[in-house]
Amino acid sequence: MATKKNIPVVEWEYAPSLEGTSHIQLKKQYDLFIDGKWVKPSSGKYFQTINPANEEVLSEVAYGNEKDVDLAVKAARKAYTEVWSVMPAAERAKYIYRIARLMQERARELAVIETLDAGKTIRESRDIDVPLACNHFFYYAGWADKLEYAFPNRKVESIGVAGQIIPWNFPLLMAAWKIAPALAAGNTVVLKPAETTPLTALKLAEIIEASGLPAGVVNIVTGFGDTGAAIVNHTDVDKIAFTGSTNVGKMIQKAVAGTGKKLTLELGGKSANIIFDDAPIDQAVEGIINGIFFNQGHVCCAGSRLFVQENVADKVIAKLKDRLNSLYLGNPLDKNTDIGAINSKEQLETINKYIKIGKQEGAEMYQPSCSIPKKGFYCPPTLFTNVAQSNVIAQEEIFGPVLTIQTFRTVDEVIQKANNTPFGLAAGVWTDKGSRIFNLTTKLRAGVIWANTYNKFDPTSPFGGYKESGFGREGGLHGLSSYVKLV
Amino acid sequence: MKKNQDKKNRFQLEYLNSPAVDKVGVEERVARFQTRSIKDASKMQGLKMALNMIDLTTLEGKDTHGKVKQMCYKAQHLHDVLPGLPSVAAVCVYPSMVKIAKKEVAGSGVNVASVSTAFPSGQAPLEVKITDTKFAVDEGADEIDMVISRGKFLSGEYNYVFDEIAMIKEACGKARLKVILETGELATLDNVRKASDLAIYAGADFIKTSTGKIQPAATMQVTYTMLMAIKDYYDKTGIMIGMKPAGGISTSKLALHNLVMVKEVLGSAWLTNEWFRFGASSLANDVLMQIMKAETGVYQSSDYFSID
Repeated sequence: MATKKNIPVVEWEYAPSLEGTSHIQLKKQYDLFIDGKWVKPSSGKYFQTINPANEEVLSEVAYGNEKDVDLAVKAARKAYTEVWSVMPAAERAKYIYRIARLMQERARELAVIETLDAGKTIRESRDIDVPLACNHFFYYAGWADKLEYAFPNRKVESIGVAGQIIPWNFPLLMAAWKIAPALAAGNTVVLKPAETTPLTALKLAEIIEASGLPAGVVNIVTGFGDTGAAIVNHTDVDKIAFTGSTNVGKMIQKAVAGTGKKLTLELGGKSANIIFDDAPIDQAVEGIINGIFFNQGHVCCAGSRLFVQENVADKVIAKLKDRLNSLYLGNPLDKNTDIGAINSKEQLETINKYIKIGKQEGAEMYQPSCSIPKKGFYCPPTLFTNVAQSNVIAQEEIFGPVLTIQTFRTVDEVIQKANNTPFGLAAGVWTDKGSRIFNLTTKLRAGVIWANTYNKFDPTSPFGGYKESGFGREGGLHGLSSYVKLV
Repeated sequence: MKKNQDKKNRFQLEYLNSPAVDKVGVEERVARFQTRSIKDASKMQGLKMALNMIDLTTLEGKDTHGKVKQMCYKAQHLHDVLPGLPSVAAVCVYPSMVKIAKKEVAGSGVNVASVSTAFPSGQAPLEVKITDTKFAVDEGADEIDMVISRGKFLSGEYNYVFDEIAMIKEACGKARLKVILETGELATLDNVRKASDLAIYAGADFIKTSTGKIQPAATMQVTYTMLMAIKDYYDKTGIMIGMKPAGGISTSKLALHNLVMVKEVLGSAWLTNEWFRFGASSLANDVLMQIMKAETGVYQSSDYFSID
């Protein structure tokens, strides 16, 4: 009988499949994109941007200062008054559609550069970041000449010059989230990408240049925190939109207080992912994995706090550990890679600091045995069990591939615990029971609540937070309303 | 290696304690298996593995000794132009063809699998099904592919379905039992999971998706759901159960996607025809075509591959 044989196990390895980089064009040095032209920074300073997967330098990027920001704002103001705000809305839409189409045409190049500069896997930048970014432009282009229908019975006016500061976790996508609705509503833009990931925003500037968009409508000023501060403090900026950390968000809110500038903030999170005992367990486990390890956990709405009903906790934790071992960590350009590189050395240090704190607090850590590339910044997917609400790792945003797992007994208990946080960006609920889903969506204080799925984004759907996760919404009609004056 | 063979297998309520299955989530998971990179050496290894896992099948009313003989020859001589190819795992036939098939493949290492239990509908009294099975085993079948009573399952008579599988298992003796769920008739993934658990606890050595007579057959969603049942059972008991998707897998690409899924869900230990099979009649030639393409650099027309 065959079952008695001892069959040797033959390993079957996948073929490495590195996405090619020969088709991308990166300049050695990038200037600032102001008034439709590439302008040298007034300080003459440039900084390097590296590939976090191997620490190689990709390019040098201009370090914009106050003077450069002033130039950009002046260009934006001029373009606003003379061209963009007086242009027929249908004409505006044509430009935005054209940008979207040009992005689609260069999708492969954008995806590869995003992966090189940010460390995220090619699978994600190719299948999620870039297509979604294109879709935001398509979606808002559609609204440009229909603003009266977006806000019925109101007169809709544009705001003026929008200063936009975006983070490093979804560089191109965040640029699209911010630029597309601003342009559709008739505003002009000064945008600052994050210092570790400026390249796709600069490629977007090239696309904008190629689209023939009137000079000064979109200006891209690269630099560090002080560059961003110069935008926030500029007296001729009418609106600030910021996505990033809660600390910086608070500073910005203080800075704009009393200035009359409109403000939207999309900040940090410590989102709860809740698994009930009747949930489709295997799909929930996938959802937890996707919720926390998507983009190496560099996601403001990452499901970083897992709540498991106590009677299925052992099963869920065992399945999670098992699943971690089938994740591929490595070169983000490899199509097989599930977990890529941490965005920067600094961020890796932050994550490691929290992992250390977690261990010191007595939480039990689990990491799969996976080989870590010698060069570059990597962190294996990490679970912490035996965690309480009082643990630092369950309270503060880690922004890395670290999941804390807590158990609960009743629905009321988990609602209390899930809401017991200064943040309120997102939550996930996993149950087979429809009534329970509706109950939780009304009681959880979070901007987005997913049921039996996680990390789903769509241009038509608003995104934003409660409490210290910020205010204002991006995406959908709500996202448009942040860029208009209703009279 | 432990065997799934408890002769005093009695139905217990906990066997129905199957987890819910979310179709949307399964579809997402399955899509990920299709993006792994299989090429060059990895592809060649995968193709040969797939070839060696095929149950070459003929299950038609018009089957004759002649047809079965031809198929048995093909099973051992897949493509003699290319030396060093593995044979298929088994030939799969009706009980009346077992004897002739057994004679034709004797000494080759190719097993003979026989469908039974009033295949494909299963609409016959239990005694008839037992007789059917015993006949096939007596004729020399190494493996029995039974069908579950889908009508009973859908009307909630899980106890009946369970006992029937357990009794057929007993009738199998030394032959390995594959239990066909006919997932195309069960309609939901929740049902597929429940039927998988029932079959496994009742003594199945293998669980199998379909008869090949009903569409849809072995979709990746269904196979994934069944693999998860096997995994949970293994994690709980340490007993390995085999898996056989059958029907609808006719291209190499789909076969490789299935193998990726097996590797990632169950692990490499299942990547052998001892634990994984493809029930297919046309897959073998597509795999051979891909192997020849890899060897020679050009695609050959289907006329260069025999169609027994």
